[in-house]
Amino acid sequence: MSPKTLYDKIWDAHVAHEADDGTCLLYIDRHLVHEVTSPQAFEGLRMAGRSVRAPDKTIAVPDHNVPTTLDRANAATMTEDSRIQVEALDKNAKDFGIHYYPVSDIRQGIVHIVGPEQGWTLPGMTVVCGDSHTATHGAFGALAHGIGTSEVEHVLATQTLIQKKSKNMKVEITGKLRPGVTAKDITLSVIGETGTAGGTGYVIEYCGEAIRDLSMEGRMTVCNMAIEGGARAGLIAPDEKTYEYVMGRPHAPKGAAWEAALAWWKTLYSDDDAHWDKVVTIKGEDIAPVVTWGTSPEDVLPITANVPSASDFTGGKVGAAQRSLDYMGLTPGMPLSEVEIDTVFIGSCTNGRIEDLRAAAAVLKGRKIKEGLRAMVVPGSGLVRAQAEEEGLADIFKEAGFEWRLAGCSMCLAMNPDQLSEGERCASTSNRNFEGRQGYKGRTHLMSPAMAAAAAVTGKLTDVREMM
Amino acid sequence: MEKFEKLTGIAAPMPLVNIDTDMIIPKQFLKTIKRSGLGVNLFDEMRYDRQGNENPDFVLNQPAYRDAEILVAGDNFGCGSSREHAPWAIKDFGIRCVIAPSFADIFYNNCFKNGILPIALPQEQVDVLMKDAEKGANARMTVDLEAQTVTTSDGESFAFEVDSFKKHCLMEGLDDIGLTLEKASAIDSFEATIGAERPWV
Ligand code: SF4
Repeated sequence: MSPKTLYDKIWDAHVAHEADDGTCLLYIDRHLVHEVTSPQAFEGLRMAGRSVRAPDKTIAVPDHNVPTTLDRANAATMTEDSRIQVEALDKNAKDFGIHYYPVSDIRQGIVHIVGPEQGWTLPGMTVVCGDSHTATHGAFGALAHGIGTSEVEHVLATQTLIQKKSKNMKVEITGKLRPGVTAKDITLSVIGETGTAGGTGYVIEYCGEAIRDLSMEGRMTVCNMAIEGGARAGLIAPDEKTYEYVMGRPHAPKGAAWEAALAWWKTLYSDDDAHWDKVVTIKGEDIAPVVTWGTSPEDVLPITANVPSASDFTGGKVGAAQRSLDYMGLTPGMPLSEVEIDTVFIGSCTNGRIEDLRAAAAVLKGRKIKEGLRAMVVPGSGLVRAQAEEEGLADIFKEAGFEWRLAGCSMCLAMNPDQLSEGERCASTSNRNFEGRQGYKGRTHLMSPAMAAAAAVTGKLTDVREMM
Repeated sequence: MEKFEKLTGIAAPMPLVNIDTDMIIPKQFLKTIKRSGLGVNLFDEMRYDRQGNENPDFVLNQPAYRDAEILVAGDNFGCGSSREHAPWAIKDFGIRCVIAPSFADIFYNNCFKNGILPIALPQEQVDVLMKDAEKGANARMTVDLEAQTVTTSDGESFAFEVDSFKKHCLMEGLDDIGLTLEKASAIDSFEATIGAERPWV
């Protein structure tokens, strides 16, 4: 048998039909659904008189629109169009008989946090969702990617996707990370290296000692941003940490089924002599705590660097860099560590898990946020929130001056009441620093939870290593 | 789905790299449960000021380009989220074809599901088309899907690649779901096999 990559193995195990030209019907094991990208798909089903083919494999949760303030049970906290979208999901979940976690359920949260938490995401699966950050689930060795609404409808109706195979790319992070460097720094540094289009047409497998050393939460952070690097999906081969995380989750297999699953999962790795179309290697020790300075996730620099000038770039990037600098209101040559911020946002599907909250709380313990700053923590799910309260993290955040919110996407994309105002500058643990992403003319600097916590204390972009 | 065969129309130049889905249709317009009506908000934050007045510098507000049917743009067009609202807004505005050196993957796929043809061409060729587009309303470009060519107003022609299955569906205006359901028996038997081999799924 010819050697295969992990991606090849998962792909081969899910081809339900292959046409002569290589177009495949890929069978989908898990379909996650949220309120923003699904209403038109369900409407399409209704109009064609179709049903959901595998409601048991379809899981829905509202997250993008839902307010995260404590009074959200009060309907008035949502704008009318948001409420209509959430109500449409309520109704569609009920009418089509799919698994559902409504806003009132403690298990509600960001779809990419709820899926793994409930054991829906398992190694070797194909997982899709009408959301680009579906790549997150690749941390389990699942082939997971975002799809558009027409494809959502296609999966609902047929449990398959029309696909052609992507190319294989290996991103190896060798050796150990230095203190203060986290999964977020890895994933941002990879994008800084390859660019936002570097992964286009590829599925990335992340490997190497520094990746193996990461917890499952850290691995999810890395895979989450594969999409910002242009890749369709990111993958990490499952190992003991994966099995341990999965075991005992509500929808994970039990007993004999667990043993059978485990036996198959253990075959899921890239063979030694497998073929890679592209290989990127980064030394773990070369990665520093980083922040973004511009309006593309590839605009990454170590916190110790200075703001670049447009002339540092070439080609179309010169104009883009100038536009970014103007938008971000930054002067070339200024040390990044002198950039003052107005707001801190800790949360999102990139960094809204328990470990992220622990890392931020470790920095904040016994400290206060800079006066006048707006700071909020938005746990990724109701269960993350409950656990953080149990571990005493919530008290640390509150004592430091952070708002302690309910679960949702919140200020990651500002479709809900949490938004930046014009010119407001935010240290954010989310994944996109696009113009207007967190609010009209809002300015976003992406970073790790520990770095965001450090920034909250000083009121400036800050090297967390100085506070450790 | 609307068919795409051949189109001759005005091309609007947008020489920016990394035009992301938040630029194409900002998130406040995703709160719809319909597919239609998004065209007025295409590129909203560049096109209008806060009060909703048109920004006269923005290309689609200029008289020459108000009826553009083709967009010529920089590298990595459509990066960002999976929102199909982006192609819905483009289509609703009246644009049927986007030409760029490269596209983000999900956006590229989404175009084909909505009767829009995305064309990736080498940078030098896009540069030529960009120049042609900058001539304004007098410069009509022709996109021929059957022949797989783009022709400038001066008659210079470039060939482009497109997946044969996607081309077929776009030219015929075919509905993917209907096509897939014709293969329902293959899905049934696959489901039965994995049900036995991987019962935990
Ligand atoms: S947290 Fe942000 S990136 Fe993640 S699903 Fe929500 S909006 Fe998308």
